[in-house]
Amino acid sequence: MCLKKVALAGAMALLSTSAYAGCGLSGGSVRILSNDFPALQAVAAGAEACAGGGVEVSKNQTTEHRDLQVAALTANPAEYTTAVVANSSIVPLLNEDLIRPLDDLVAKHGGDLQKHQLITIDGKIMAIAFMANAQHLFYRSDILEQAGVAAPTTYEDVLAAAEAIRAAGIMKHPFALNTKTGWNLGEEFINMYMGTGAPMFKAGTAEVAINNEHGVATLNMLKDLVAYSNPDFLTFDSNATQALWEAGELAMATMWGSRGGAILDDEGSSEAVTSTTVLSGAPTWGGGSTPASTLWWDGFTIAKNISDEDAEATFVAMLNGISTEMVQANNDAAVWLIKGYAPGAAAQGVSATASSGTEPYPMLPFMGPLHTALGNELSDFLQGKESAEQALADVEAAYTTSAKEKGFLN
Amino acid sequence: MKHRSFFWFILPSLAAMLLFIALPIVSVFVQSLFVEHEQVLVVTENCGPFGCKQVTSVDVEATQAMVEKAPLGRFNGFGTYINRNHLAFAEVAAAWSSAQGLGDFAGKVMNLPFYKALLFTLAYTFIVTPLVILLGLAIALGVNALPKMLKGPTIFFSLLPMIVTPLIGSLILFWMIDAQGIIGASLQILFDDPDLSLKASPTLTWITLFVYGVWHSAPFSFIVFYAGLQTVPEDTMEAAMIDGATRWQRLRYVVVPYMTPLVTFIMLMQLMDNFRVFEPIVGFSASANATSLSWIIYNDLRGQDTQLFGSAATTSMLTIVGVCILLTPVLLRTWREFNRKAV
Repeated sequence: MCLKKVALAGAMALLSTSAYAGCGLSGGSVRILSNDFPALQAVAAGAEACAGGGVEVSKNQTTEHRDLQVAALTANPAEYTTAVVANSSIVPLLNEDLIRPLDDLVAKHGGDLQKHQLITIDGKIMAIAFMANAQHLFYRSDILEQAGVAAPTTYEDVLAAAEAIRAAGIMKHPFALNTKTGWNLGEEFINMYMGTGAPMFKAGTAEVAINNEHGVATLNMLKDLVAYSNPDFLTFDSNATQALWEAGELAMATMWGSRGGAILDDEGSSEAVTSTTVLSGAPTWGGGSTPASTLWWDGFTIAKNISDEDAEATFVAMLNGISTEMVQANNDAAVWLIKGYAPGAAAQGVSATASSGTEPYPMLPFMGPLHTALGNELSDFLQGKESAEQALADVEAAYTTSAKEKGFLN
Repeated sequence: MKHRSFFWFILPSLAAMLLFIALPIVSVFVQSLFVEHEQVLVVTENCGPFGCKQVTSVDVEATQAMVEKAPLGRFNGFGTYINRNHLAFAEVAAAWSSAQGLGDFAGKVMNLPFYKALLFTLAYTFIVTPLVILLGLAIALGVNALPKMLKGPTIFFSLLPMIVTPLIGSLILFWMIDAQGIIGASLQILFDDPDLSLKASPTLTWITLFVYGVWHSAPFSFIVFYAGLQTVPEDTMEAAMIDGATRWQRLRYVVVPYMTPLVTFIMLMQLMDNFRVFEPIVGFSASANATSLSWIIYNDLRGQDTQLFGSAATTSMLTIVGVCILLTPVLLRTWREFNRKAV
């Protein structure tokens, strides 16, 4: 009798595991391509839990994902059934028509998704967002107190505070942002320019519109800020600024929100730094009301060139990856957009930035060439080798040449 | 060797070269003549976590239809070659007509990405190549004079810079020259200048890259010269010694002339390699102050979410032309010497 019960219980347990293992699916192949950082590893692990019972789950998590995705999804059948993308990296997939609309799948399985997770383009749901990111201000409350300045809310305040810190002899280079020549520097210009509220392109065209007084003001603000940075600033990427912060060499910095968790944890830094680090919203500047930052989301898309069965399996597996349980287990790994998320200390900055009217990073087909042109042409100005007008003219010329080659301009 | 047997000997490598080198070059050349189709833009409404907005996007169907008709894109002839991001004929002409003096003209031309990269590439090639040859010879002579027991370990350690992957080697040095790194901090103390930064100023960045280039390539020329030194005829050396030649004279009049073919060989290899300088620029995050032709190609292909294949193909072709021009004098010389010997 007792033995029977045990056997029955064992069989039930087996049944329920296999049902759970397949996430209620009868079969299909799930192949994930994504960037590689802890939050996405947690998502992929959740999707992998659906493996079994005819469902296969494999993943390729690499920082080179952007360079793989177009070629991999162009193949038929596609190498990956889902590509995890951000606002900028979804653009080439849209331009080449490589991802499918998700409306049917959302209607069938997406009961737990929140409205703001649905990335809708031309009326069709093309991606499911699950986390957000933005650059915002980090500051050290103890050093600001020592210099006798209040917490800055504008970049003019940041400049004044940096000057006060320098004048008090506390630090010579109290401020930093990610100004490494290339993508990082381009991102800083775009963030700062967003604070002016001016458009980057002439409406309805691919003609760039930054070569004006807003562009000049943006450049001058960046130059004023880097005057308080270490002279190595043109080599500063996220890893460099995070290391400087954790070493206690900075009093204020504009860094990615996604670094908040790593900065506040007990690794790589001292108690004196982590206990006084405050994550606050992105500053405004020049009397504007829009914070000088851009909002980014990360989400998943489903490839077009795969069978409907695989697409459904992938969608269900990825939903399992972004489940409320996953969020509760990894609450501080990211700023999640998922139901059940309780924003912690590391999310303060991004939350504040998002709630104060920051614009999302422009999801425009010709944003990539402009970003590259900005990243490559601005370092001469920041080094004092050319005027702001010349730098902007260079950006415009470099962008126009690339955009012509891509067919956006004639 | 008969021409016929020579042909059969070389056929496999000839076929491989044709398939994997010549044909891809033809393909790259063809790609450099095309630009992408005109993208059909439409204004649509996009929604995301942060609200809805009117935005411009590509009409995928209309654009795909054009791509299917002509997959290579629009024929552009040599248009990409002369645009601003490459040879920039129009911009150079405008700079010439508007410039006040040669200095102003040079400044304006050096503001164009291709010429800026070309300047660094040439400077790197012409500074690093001779230094690599000289240093390699010096190390080879030094090692050759060592007692036998020490030779093995010394050769091994001298080869290390070449064994280390270029990107890793440059990254390690990049961290060492950081203001908090061992070299950077020592230099600051040595020169008593707390603001000294090898990464910030263009001149110091260039010098750092040159030093790295010499450090990385010297082992190659060292090992070639060292092998050459083993074959220097003993009797000529002894005859020179009996004639009372000093160590320096023996080096100058026996060893160096004997090694000339090796110098030509190393020069050819180094000119080609150094003209394609790339890894140290990425490793040292030096693109603000120094870019090279190879770096431009990389930037076109990997610098953004979308790739500029035509542009990258054009820079590749221009690099090949550049290598050909650089090698011509050396090759001509070798050819003449070969003919003289044949007679």
